[in-house]
Amino acid sequence: MKIVKIREDNCIFCHLCEVACIVEHSQSKDIIKAFKREEKPIARCSVEFNYPVSLSVMCRHCDDAPCVEACQNGSMHRDDRGYVVVDADTCVGCWMCIMACPYGVIKRDTRRESWGLSTKCDFCPDREIPACVEACPNEALTLEEI
Amino acid sequence: MKWMKNLKSYVPPSFVVERDDYRCIRCKACVEQCSFDATFYDDEEDRVWTWNANCVGCNRCAAICPTDAITVKRAEPSYRYNHNWNGHVDSLKKRAIYGGTPVVSMGNDKPYPIYWDNMLLNASQVTNPSIDPLREPMELKTFLGRKPDSIHVDDSGLKTRLTPQLELDIPIMFAAMSYGALSYNVIESLGRAAKEMGTYYNSGEGGLNKDHYKFKGNIIVQVASGRFGVHKDYLDVGSAIEIKIGQGAKPGIGGHLPGEKVSETISETRMMPKGSDAISPAPHHDVYSIEDLRQLIYALKESTEYKKPVAVKIACVHNVAAIASGIARAGADIIVLDGFKGGTGASPQVIRDNIGLPLEVSLAVVDERLRQEGIRQYVSLVASGGIRNSMDVVKAIALGADAVYIGTAALIAIGCTMCQQCHTGKCAWGISTQDPHLSKRVNPDMASKRLINLLEVWALEIKETMGAMGINSIESLKGNRLNLRGVGLNDKELEILGILPAGE
Ligand code: SF4
Ligand code: SF4
Ligand code: SF4
Ligand code: SF4
Repeated sequence: MKIVKIREDNCIFCHLCEVACIVEHSQSKDIIKAFKREEKPIARCSVEFNYPVSLSVMCRHCDDAPCVEACQNGSMHRDDRGYVVVDADTCVGCWMCIMACPYGVIKRDTRRESWGLSTKCDFCPDREIPACVEACPNEALTLEEI
Repeated sequence: MKWMKNLKSYVPPSFVVERDDYRCIRCKACVEQCSFDATFYDDEEDRVWTWNANCVGCNRCAAICPTDAITVKRAEPSYRYNHNWNGHVDSLKKRAIYGGTPVVSMGNDKPYPIYWDNMLLNASQVTNPSIDPLREPMELKTFLGRKPDSIHVDDSGLKTRLTPQLELDIPIMFAAMSYGALSYNVIESLGRAAKEMGTYYNSGEGGLNKDHYKFKGNIIVQVASGRFGVHKDYLDVGSAIEIKIGQGAKPGIGGHLPGEKVSETISETRMMPKGSDAISPAPHHDVYSIEDLRQLIYALKESTEYKKPVAVKIACVHNVAAIASGIARAGADIIVLDGFKGGTGASPQVIRDNIGLPLEVSLAVVDERLRQEGIRQYVSLVASGGIRNSMDVVKAIALGADAVYIGTAALIAIGCTMCQQCHTGKCAWGISTQDPHLSKRVNPDMASKRLINLLEVWALEIKETMGAMGINSIESLKGNRLNLRGVGLNDKELEILGILPAGE
């Protein structure tokens, strides 16, 4: 299984991973339209900063995922590819997954109509290389086999 | 707006940053990346603005912007045109306003002649065959160091004892750029590329970080007037030792690393207090004559048991040929000629822009003088200062160089846009800075790959051109001025360069 490796030594705090994640999860998948015309999705990765350290964090797709354990109705589950994803239609927004995640990478999106509730990295199901990895200008995120 | 412009300190901005507000998605990547405080975001207005007066034209913002919303444009002040005063008005004003002489970086940017561009190379046609480098072997390997007057060979092999030589797989090395001037990651990248390509990088005068001792076998260590970071282990790590007498960008001037760049690790490496300016004196205080230089050369040879060639680097100045002859006689194995277009991390502008000689001319006269005196074999010549492409390398070798140094070209390969702000320590490309957050912008994995690509491509281009000339070894190109013809040069220039005019 492949995972996004975080190389904090190379992160330059440009936030382009977040931008790319937003575009990838938008309706149009067009950077200008996603930001200007749509109600835009939340980025699944977050860039943290504490000078001089910066790094982007997103779901680690843990083997023993505590969020999956914690989910009361199985919305948070492992998909065919082996990645931990949430079923937007069944998620009730109890936020137990958020409480359980040791990395703090699950976010709340209360815009039920458009986006479902619990929001997290879905490892870009429509792409071979995740959007954040492709967008990172300094190879601070790389796709690696584990 | 964060600031208000004030006439008291006003000089027109050199750049104007245009942002297509429709394309701008307010991601603020440009705001974070601009290390010169020229770009900022206004929350209330929800707009990204540029304070043009601070912009240095590094183009980092334009490069990072994911929507291509930014164009950085050069701004010409719209004073009434005056050919005589063009460009001088603002530089005069700056001195009058701030009361100091401007310090600049990179090489001389004034429109002096570029002789490389007035020289054309030859190619074989009909009467002699050209060579296809993809099908036939082509040798770029060269050795730097003193060569014997004659050699003796018998059945058991070479009988003559050779003095130590530097073996180069390609005739291109990375010029002296110190850890201090450049970030740790850049030195790491240069080291990795030098190792991979079978060539050398030069420590510059800042000493060596212990981590970089791993590049032993691919390092030339420098001993300059400040003697920063020079000790036994340092000399031992070097494959050769370079005494820096002068630098093309600032002949006659010592070095100056501003205190802001003297971080913890730099202070350790340089063996000096943190935060204090690192000042190298203009002369070596133990070298006031060729005899003194000889003493220093032999002191270094002695302390390294005559196992390493010693190079002497000088800036190209008016008497360069006579000086080089003296250096060759003083016992140097390699002479580095640094032309006036060579770069620097900090130099007074007046010095950078007005002192020195073109490398092309200096190389030609030095090679010629050493030949006339019958001592050319005593030294190898390394051409340095303003080598921009592989054809400059070929022309330099044809003019008499044994190898070249590249500095600026290597930095450009890893991102540098020559904004000339190296001395500020704020390099937005993470190259000439010690700020740990900025220096992350150079990823050694990516940067070393780019340097390797550059050297590989140049090597291929050099082979192609040599093949076209019907030459299959770099040794046969050395000093082969018959393969050069001058265009647009006067008789005296042709005579000094030792080349024929096109058509002859
Ligand atoms: S892998 Fe895809 S979904 Fe996950 S953080 Fe990266 S861009 Fe977002
Ligand atoms: S795109 Fe890469 S360098 Fe930029 S913030 Fe994200 S991880 Fe860091
Ligand atoms: S990043 Fe460079 S080019 Fe852009 S505004 Fe700042 S100084 Fe100017
Ligand atoms: S990087 Fe481009 S899109 Fe992002 S804030 Fe700057 S100008 Fe706007």
